[in-house]
Amino acid sequence: MNEFALEIKDLKKVYNDGFVALKGINLKVKNGDFFALLGANGAGKSTTLGIVSSLVNITSGEVSVFGKNLNKHRDEVKRKIGVVPQEFNFSTFEKVHDIIMQQAGYYGLPKAVAAANTEKYLKKLELWDKRDKQARFLSGGMKRRLMIARALVHEPELLILDEPTAGVDIEIRRTMWELLSELNEQGKTIILTTHYLEEAENLCKNIAIIKQGEIIVDTSMRELLSRLDKSTFVFDLEQNVKELDLLDNMTLTQGNQLEVEIKKGHSLNEVMQFFLTHNIQVQSVRPKTNRLEELFVSLSQTKGEKK
Amino acid sequence: MNQINWIAFLTIVKKEIRRYTRIWMQTLLPPAITMVLYFIIFGNLIGSRIGEMGGFDYMAFIVPGLIMMAIITNSYGNVAASFYSTKFQRNIEELLVAPVSNQIILSGYVIGGASRGMAVGVIVTILSMFFTKLQIHNIFVILAVSMLTAIVFSMAGFINAMLANSFDDISIIPTFVLTPLTYLGGVFYSISMLPPFWQVVSQFNPVLYMVNAFRYGILGVSDVNIWFSFAMLGMFAVILYTVCLYLLNKGTGIKQ
Repeated sequence: MNEFALEIKDLKKVYNDGFVALKGINLKVKNGDFFALLGANGAGKSTTLGIVSSLVNITSGEVSVFGKNLNKHRDEVKRKIGVVPQEFNFSTFEKVHDIIMQQAGYYGLPKAVAAANTEKYLKKLELWDKRDKQARFLSGGMKRRLMIARALVHEPELLILDEPTAGVDIEIRRTMWELLSELNEQGKTIILTTHYLEEAENLCKNIAIIKQGEIIVDTSMRELLSRLDKSTFVFDLEQNVKELDLLDNMTLTQGNQLEVEIKKGHSLNEVMQFFLTHNIQVQSVRPKTNRLEELFVSLSQTKGEKK
Repeated sequence: MNQINWIAFLTIVKKEIRRYTRIWMQTLLPPAITMVLYFIIFGNLIGSRIGEMGGFDYMAFIVPGLIMMAIITNSYGNVAASFYSTKFQRNIEELLVAPVSNQIILSGYVIGGASRGMAVGVIVTILSMFFTKLQIHNIFVILAVSMLTAIVFSMAGFINAMLANSFDDISIIPTFVLTPLTYLGGVFYSISMLPPFWQVVSQFNPVLYMVNAFRYGILGVSDVNIWFSFAMLGMFAVILYTVCLYLLNKGTGIKQ
């Protein structure tokens, strides 16, 4: 079995209008990995995934999936990939069951296999009861799940999800996280882009950050999070502290709300001592953002380093 | 064609057939109503005053042309609308990510479109029997010409859909090119009635060959040589197939 599910070498993409979307990126995703590809809007995430899934033409460079070169073995590579795009791209007038069966047909699955897989994944995604409904009558969350079922129907080894939980409520999002984790545990390699950094932090083992068509970070999630040199906490207080002389790491955001930056290796004791000294009652405390979000913002603002 | 490609091809064809039968009020019914109006107005009311044309009463003369007109507009319209909608809604991506070759995509859509053309042709033929006694001179010519014509115009519709950037773009060609060519292609008259100059000009109209070859299959008369008509149809089929595949391979309008 090949060590890497995806290998990208010096991949460049220049669109017809001259926009350089990818400036020669290199990326390796291990077989069985749960990999996050993050970046701001327009950074090149969707272009990269679009090239891997044959939706965007390559300008130059090489893409291999499980050791097979995309340009030389396109059909074989396509059979190994399942794609969940960012935007709904099914015919809204078709019935749920027909959409999945058709996709199975495009992959050449015999009717009996297609029907069995369609039932399996519609049940798994809790859409079996909706199988005879036209897709336009589904809720946003159901439409997202429909796209996942469609991507899985031919049982791909590599699943590519471009913002799969965008616009989905938290309950469905958590159900989808469980499903994706289960698929990953079963051996499927998953590549995910998302704007919910909590999602990437919770699910993914490895991560790459792309900025203006270049990979600026390519490492493990654990290693990246260890780079975080400070955390910001928000304290909600009982009383107004406007008149007080605050510590250097404190910023008053409202009369009774403080943001406190704690450097790596430092504890919250000094801050708690300050509140005790001034007899200030703390109602609640929470991290301002999740850790990955804080890192992502700082990396996006500075010129990144290459691994 | 291997089994995988065959399944993919059938999937596209079935999807296309399901699409136009689901919306039969927009796809199958209107041409039937339009053709009945043609039969009543041009065939019965006006035709009875015209008398004979090409040795047949006017109604019998125009029936082959009207059947062919229905086949042409419906084959073209089906693929143009369906493939453009697929592009517009981006569900073309379902096909692009799957291991479906461009030949299979093209064949699936073209056969799907041609099947609508043929279905409407059959409906119009049945309706015409209420207005005239339909004869069959050569069934093989009838089937070959109608199928080839449906395929040729399905491919033309496919090209239109690939190049279109808006829904307006898929109505421009039918309105400004297809309809005039069809009306001037000898549906309602024999080109022998035209002055010599316009007879020559008419020979550059591809629809003329299709209408006349089909009329030959039904009535046994034609303004042009039947084999030359088949050669023209074959040539158009090859040219359009080549253009369609070129656009698909290039990813025109469907890949960035």
